[in-house]
Amino acid sequence: MKEMHSDTGVSILEMRDIWKVYPNGVIANANVDIQVRKGEIHALLGENGAGKTTLMKILFGFEHPSSGKILYDGKEVAIASPHKAIAMGIGMVHQHFMLVPSLTVAENVLLGMEPKKGLSVGMAKAFEIVRQAGNQYGLSVPVEKKIEDISVGMRQRVEIIKTLVRGANLIILDEPTAVLTPQETVELFKALRILVDRGKTVIFITHKLNEVKQIADRITVLRKGHVVGTAEVKDMTQVEMSRMMVGRDVEMVIEKKPAVVGPELLCVKKLHYVREDKVAVLNGVSFSVRAGEILGIAGVEGNGQTELVQIITGLLSPSKGDIAVNEKVMRRLNPKTARKSGMSHIPSDRMVRGVALESTVEENVISDRYFKKPFSAYGIQSPRKITRFTKGLIDQFDIRVDSSKRSVKMLSGGNIQKVVVAREFTAGAKIIIADQPTRGIDVGASDFIRRQLVEERDQGVGVLLISADLTELLEVSDRILVLYRGEVVAHFDEVEGLTEETLGEYMLGIKRMSEDDLKGYSQETATDKEGMER
Amino acid sequence: MSDTLLGIFSWDFIGSVIRVTTPILLAAMGALVANLAGSPNIALEGTMLMSAFIGVIVSGFTQNLWLALFAGVLSGITMSLVLAFFALKMKTDIILAAIALNIFSTGGTIFFLSTLTGDKGSSASVNSLVFPNIDLPLIKDIPVLGEILSGHHIITYVAIVLIFVMQYVLYHTPLGLRIRAVGENPDAAESVGISVNKTRLIALIISGTLTSLGGLFLSMGYVSWFARDMTAGRGFIALAAQALGGVSAFGVALGALLFGFAEALSYSLQFLKVPYEFTQSLPFIITIAVLAFYAYIRLPQNVKRRGAQSGETRNGRLFQRVWEYFSRRAGIRKGVDS
Ligand SMILES: Nc1ncnc2c1ncn2[C@@H]1O[C@H](COP(=O)(O)OP(=O)(O)O)[C@@H](O)[C@H]1O
Ligand SMILES: [Mg+2]
Repeated sequence: MKEMHSDTGVSILEMRDIWKVYPNGVIANANVDIQVRKGEIHALLGENGAGKTTLMKILFGFEHPSSGKILYDGKEVAIASPHKAIAMGIGMVHQHFMLVPSLTVAENVLLGMEPKKGLSVGMAKAFEIVRQAGNQYGLSVPVEKKIEDISVGMRQRVEIIKTLVRGANLIILDEPTAVLTPQETVELFKALRILVDRGKTVIFITHKLNEVKQIADRITVLRKGHVVGTAEVKDMTQVEMSRMMVGRDVEMVIEKKPAVVGPELLCVKKLHYVREDKVAVLNGVSFSVRAGEILGIAGVEGNGQTELVQIITGLLSPSKGDIAVNEKVMRRLNPKTARKSGMSHIPSDRMVRGVALESTVEENVISDRYFKKPFSAYGIQSPRKITRFTKGLIDQFDIRVDSSKRSVKMLSGGNIQKVVVAREFTAGAKIIIADQPTRGIDVGASDFIRRQLVEERDQGVGVLLISADLTELLEVSDRILVLYRGEVVAHFDEVEGLTEETLGEYMLGIKRMSEDDLKGYSQETATDKEGMER
Repeated sequence: MSDTLLGIFSWDFIGSVIRVTTPILLAAMGALVANLAGSPNIALEGTMLMSAFIGVIVSGFTQNLWLALFAGVLSGITMSLVLAFFALKMKTDIILAAIALNIFSTGGTIFFLSTLTGDKGSSASVNSLVFPNIDLPLIKDIPVLGEILSGHHIITYVAIVLIFVMQYVLYHTPLGLRIRAVGENPDAAESVGISVNKTRLIALIISGTLTSLGGLFLSMGYVSWFARDMTAGRGFIALAAQALGGVSAFGVALGALLFGFAEALSYSLQFLKVPYEFTQSLPFIITIAVLAFYAYIRLPQNVKRRGAQSGETRNGRLFQRVWEYFSRRAGIRKGVDS
């Protein structure tokens, strides 16, 4: 698969044999070679956790490579800090914006290089500089507004202008479209075209193939820290690219028996959530999960999934609407009552909500049951029983660790997730909320976790699966609904024959099912249950 | 009885408010600049105490006001440098480091006081100097206004000027912009090449300087000697004043004035038959009450009902918020608010 790039075109950047081993032992980049030509849009493609961000952080001086060489404009360079990178003409728009919310657009753009008027910041001049820089590249921004008052798309423009006024010639954009609406994406792509027309070079990180087709000239594909290959986009089909990215020609199909559904276990009714900044994140979401089925929720990140999960698991209270567990409307839903009512939760942010990193595997595994028999009797812990139990789970869930007393932070991402899964799947839950259960973990561990989900479902557990990985959703779910801007815009009772493309159209808001089509599903279940309203 | 009651609201009382507000105001502005930079300075109390002590000792031994001023301010800056060393360079917790400095100042000043003067209680035996009071020409001759505005301590006038200077520095200069940026999103600042530590160091030095002036005022203006623990919690009250006043120097000045008023009131009430223990604790009771009230009106449900914007919930703008709160309550009663 690895195809050596022909050396036509002057290269502005070459990274050679880059290795990056993080202190926790994760090998994020291994033997990475990448060559970027002057004036091109170069897409860096790869699944979550492939090492794309790490590679770009190395280029921008935020991280230092364990070994390897960087050539910029033909000269070997050492990039010690972002400061150095900026001075060389490299700019980066981070996945999480680097902006100060209470400062104005102009102040953010010119931070650290403020024009002066006497002792003061020359505000009029600052506005002018930023306005001009924007106009020059077709990126108009409201220079006098505060960052906290402008949209995400605008903020991204501000970030791009920030790199431009600092004289960037090579601009790195880390998953710039993840947070954008389709219209904003179109605008962004226009701006990127103007940038390259004016002689800038763009590195564009993404894992969305259609975007690559639309905007990029060449791609370099990363998989598990390795470069799979570099190619001209026009020579590739999306299917070919996805093969390079995922590396599975033959899908590992999970054998699934037909679902044997039981009673409704979880019912979400007309859920609304308005954030503190008055943005309505959820607009009347209704659905239900029955025993013995897996309901998948698809959607581009940031369309209300996070809040939905937090509300269901009691971490957030809804502005309006009800959650019913086992037909009982939950009044005071908090993580404790949620668990008591038979809910398990695999949180998307495992490092923060899934485990206590400093604690041992044992401590993490019993963290929801340490006070129960047999782990504790009369308020005293029984270490031997805890160890024996944990060892059992380590075997059962294939957690790769040499001792149950290792602290969790020593484990790799996939194994940390297995610790979470081991705890949550053995809590005797009737409902499992799995939020991005396989994000950023290796294929083996992902496959294992998916199989476990299906097994739980066969045991009569109701599973709610939220995932950004469409292949996973299609493989595992019995039903799928699509969330777009806080609303259910599509619902599929049958997953057979459903394609990623179809889901994608709904996820991006290109299509939505009519009220009638949806009535057959979510609203009905809601009206069915009208009787149970308090 | 009624005479003393009237006495509370006399011109003397206003003068006394201004006098007791001065050190709180200076320290509160010290708290402001440090907080904005994201490196809160809890060592205000110790810093004040230290410079109050150094000022008295240096003026006593050199009989030179300028040297006393220089040494007092330098001691404040030194406290900040030590704090910065531990918190910024050695990465210890900035709150813990500041607590250590406060304890050190309490013990250290007593130790050096007794070593130098043989007295563990006060510097009464030292013939120390005071900074002068200033009569404002022309203004002092205006009947009522002159009495209020003129004749205050020089550090009081300096403090008033510093309100405007700080407001200008924080909100109109590149330094102020960087301080605020570093406090709000250090990663953003770092990513454009601003050194977070350097900016915080500067903010702490400014904080120490302002606070040391407050300390000098206590021992070389308010009274003319140093006594152990003479700051009596003013450094902490200053923190509360800043929390109330929010992010502008003017707001902070109002916050300080509120506590100055409470303290002056507690002195005046001693002349009435109000128990001494109560008057003594009045400033602290007011602190707790006001902070609790402030926290209450900032609760999410109150904010939501008032429809405040997210940006405003982040930082305190007490006076505006109190106003909104009461106008909203009034609105509900009239049935305006749905
Ligand atoms: N600071 C870090 N410390 C340890 N491991 C990290 C760190 N940042 C990323 N990783 C790990 O390195 C791998 C690659 O991550 P990343 O470069 O963010 O991937 P991508 O951007 O392609 O999604 C992942 O397994 C991730 O968990
Ligand atoms: Mg990334």
